[in-house]
Amino acid sequence: MSSGHSDKSEIVFWQGNEVVAEAAIAAGCRFYAGYPITPSSEIAAVMAERLPEVGGTFIQMEDEIAAMGAIIGASLAGKKTFTATSGPGFSLKMENIGYACMAEVPCVVVNVMRGGPSTGLPTALAQADVMQARWGTHGDHPTIALAPAYHREIYLCTIKCFNYAEKYRIPTMLLLDEVLGHLSEGIQVPDPSEYEIFDRVKPSVPPEKYFPYDSSFGDVPPMATYFEGYRFHVTGLNHNRTGFPTTDPEICQQEEMRMIRKVMKDAEQLAEYEEYRMEDAEVAVFSFGSTARGARVAVDEARKQGIKVGLLRAITLWPFPDRKIYELARQVKAFVVPEVNLGQIILEVERASHRDMPIVGVNRVGGVPIPPGEIFNKIKEVARDGR
Amino acid sequence: MAVDYLYYLRADKLPHMWCPGCGVGVVVKSMIGAIDQLGWEKNDTAVVSGIGCTSRAPGYMDMNTLHTTHGRALTFATGVKMAAPDKHVIVISGDGDATAIGGNHFIHACRRNIDMTLIIVNNNIYGMTGGQFSPTTPYGAKAATTPHGNIDPSFDLAQLAIGAGATYVARGSVDNARMVQKYIRDGLAHHGFSVIEVLSNCHTQYGRRNKMSDPITMVDWIASQVVPRNKAEKMSPEELQGKIITGELHRNAERPEYTDEYRKLIERVQAKQAARAGARP
Amino acid sequence: MSANRFEARFSAVGGQGVMLAGDVLAYAAQKYQGRYSIQSPTYTAQVRGGPTKVDVIIDDEPIIYPKTTAINFFLSLAQGSYNAFLYDLRDDAIVVVDPHLVHKWDPKYRTYEIPVIELTKNHVGKVIMTSVVALGIMIELTHAVPKEFVEKALLEKAPKGTGELNLKALNLGYATAAELVTVQG
Repeated sequence: MSSGHSDKSEIVFWQGNEVVAEAAIAAGCRFYAGYPITPSSEIAAVMAERLPEVGGTFIQMEDEIAAMGAIIGASLAGKKTFTATSGPGFSLKMENIGYACMAEVPCVVVNVMRGGPSTGLPTALAQADVMQARWGTHGDHPTIALAPAYHREIYLCTIKCFNYAEKYRIPTMLLLDEVLGHLSEGIQVPDPSEYEIFDRVKPSVPPEKYFPYDSSFGDVPPMATYFEGYRFHVTGLNHNRTGFPTTDPEICQQEEMRMIRKVMKDAEQLAEYEEYRMEDAEVAVFSFGSTARGARVAVDEARKQGIKVGLLRAITLWPFPDRKIYELARQVKAFVVPEVNLGQIILEVERASHRDMPIVGVNRVGGVPIPPGEIFNKIKEVARDGR
Repeated sequence: MAVDYLYYLRADKLPHMWCPGCGVGVVVKSMIGAIDQLGWEKNDTAVVSGIGCTSRAPGYMDMNTLHTTHGRALTFATGVKMAAPDKHVIVISGDGDATAIGGNHFIHACRRNIDMTLIIVNNNIYGMTGGQFSPTTPYGAKAATTPHGNIDPSFDLAQLAIGAGATYVARGSVDNARMVQKYIRDGLAHHGFSVIEVLSNCHTQYGRRNKMSDPITMVDWIASQVVPRNKAEKMSPEELQGKIITGELHRNAERPEYTDEYRKLIERVQAKQAARAGARP
Repeated sequence: MSANRFEARFSAVGGQGVMLAGDVLAYAAQKYQGRYSIQSPTYTAQVRGGPTKVDVIIDDEPIIYPKTTAINFFLSLAQGSYNAFLYDLRDDAIVVVDPHLVHKWDPKYRTYEIPVIELTKNHVGKVIMTSVVALGIMIELTHAVPKEFVEKALLEKAPKGTGELNLKALNLGYATAAELVTVQG
């Protein structure tokens, strides 16, 4: 449980979007590029205010694509960087998100999800970009996406996103939604002793022996910084270990597989979740983000009525907690999957369960949260007749 | 003193991938000459490009090089420069890359006036993708996607740059390499956003479809159109019909440079902070 | 969710500054009263002129579900926002409307007509303080958070140099509501 705090005298009262911005600075981010879009705009406003105070750089670009390009460029020049957006802007960023995957450039992309498709519901809730976060840019690529549900957790997950970006040399994603982005909640700001800060590994070899994609150092090769004597080449084309383009099928395959493997070999550690009242559960609710908060209330309500139900709340959406779902599918007789979309993450639950069993969605797309009562009703229904 | 070109090149990446006689070679050579003249260190220089034939240039240059997505070179370059304002950033791009798909970034880079240089090799065509017309293809010309002749009006890139606020704008042509190098050098030395348009030949894609399939014929055609600015000033509008004016076309040393402004902003904010901290008991 | 969960909704049209009331209330409850609180605004696409609201939830336990389920107090300064946001109310909810701007209201709820904007204009002088007057009214009618905490929070949140005027507005709210309670209550 992340929403609790012991010393109420030291609390701050922040919007989810402010939490992201403050956590980014705590993570060591010193470069932000963005473009105005509701409901994530407050992140840019706080970064514009705060970055100069810490000697960092804020720039508002001409569009979302440009903002994504700028954070990749600044990352190559050695900064920890991020950008924040919402649905339509997330779509536009996909081109350069793919570039960051291919060129293995650390950066963080925050998407405060709103209703869609297209312009959709600019000021209202949705959780419908979860598959886009995984597959939005073309081609095979690794993804790490975190979806916190409480403000203190948003803080810590933001820092983790920077850490994972640096550790794996990839663009990582933080998925909030309109409810969390605009919600003000009192939190105690986590003390630096409560989290780690990870900085990218720089080359230990001299420039003449350096190759930017040298896998002899592991699946995540050390990353040099521009202007420090390494004079390396970066391209979005398939490339070999030297960073220069190649079309050699064997090298292309090897390198792409390494790019995926560097994340997926740690998939189990990365796939964080919280279990709530799962010990003897016969029905599991699987949820994430703000919806999981309503789901927890529904679980409590159902427990009061003697229904053996628990909540598995994903904190990491990608990589997906495959093993946990697999195990649970052998413990419980049904899954209930509430999400503010028409059934996206439920597909992953079905896949990972590897079992023909009742897996039932609770879905809304009208811009409002799923009330706990609606989830409760579904739990009751499923507990009674399995569907 | 003669320039040691190989010092600036990644010799192991040669031979290059451009067609024999391509004008981009003149531009790359001029660029190296200009960098050498200014004494810029390779370690301190980044060369950024987008997609297209011209955008392959950074791969051959022994510097900090960044081959980005189509049209987006200026956005990446903006990030590099803002993160390392004391370093040099050069962007090299083609006409399609810089002004079609990258048109928005182009005008906003001009407006911001960050101390970077954009070199546009304007060969009036999309070469790499097979000769489709670009925003600078002349009226009536044949291209893969204008088999019946081009009806799209074209951009005047230099005027576009001036209008959008670039503070140094020059236009040269590959038939006069010496002047190309001079404009690039002046652009690099200029403290602000500089744009150098270089009229170049793509005899392979443009020339072949427009009765100029060898480089000599095509470079001659370019040479026949250009008029230096000082000469053009003495010519009548009738005489200038169909001509393209080359030279240093615009220079403005007054407009503030963006990284300077941002540095001042940081100083202002931090001074205020220090004052606040001092005022506290 | 404890039995002491308290939910309030302030609604208006964009630009009336109603968000401040929510900010101060939530802050007072958590920072000074030592309870848990959240504040959650709703915007329409256009920031100015569209119906807006801010919901505040105060509880003795950490607030898990961050949206309203049973509102105790609802205030509306515009017909559009009244119509848009009259939901999730308890049957015994207290409702305050500005009669100059809300002409049609649901008699199902105990409703007070208070010309909040006019009162603010006449007695505080600055319409922007409407939100603080509204907060005072709410506090007097519900006693959701002790006045001393609200005042502390207000002084902390108010722009520099406006503390006194803000307190004046808050007191106007208290007094107006106290009178109503006596007369109508």
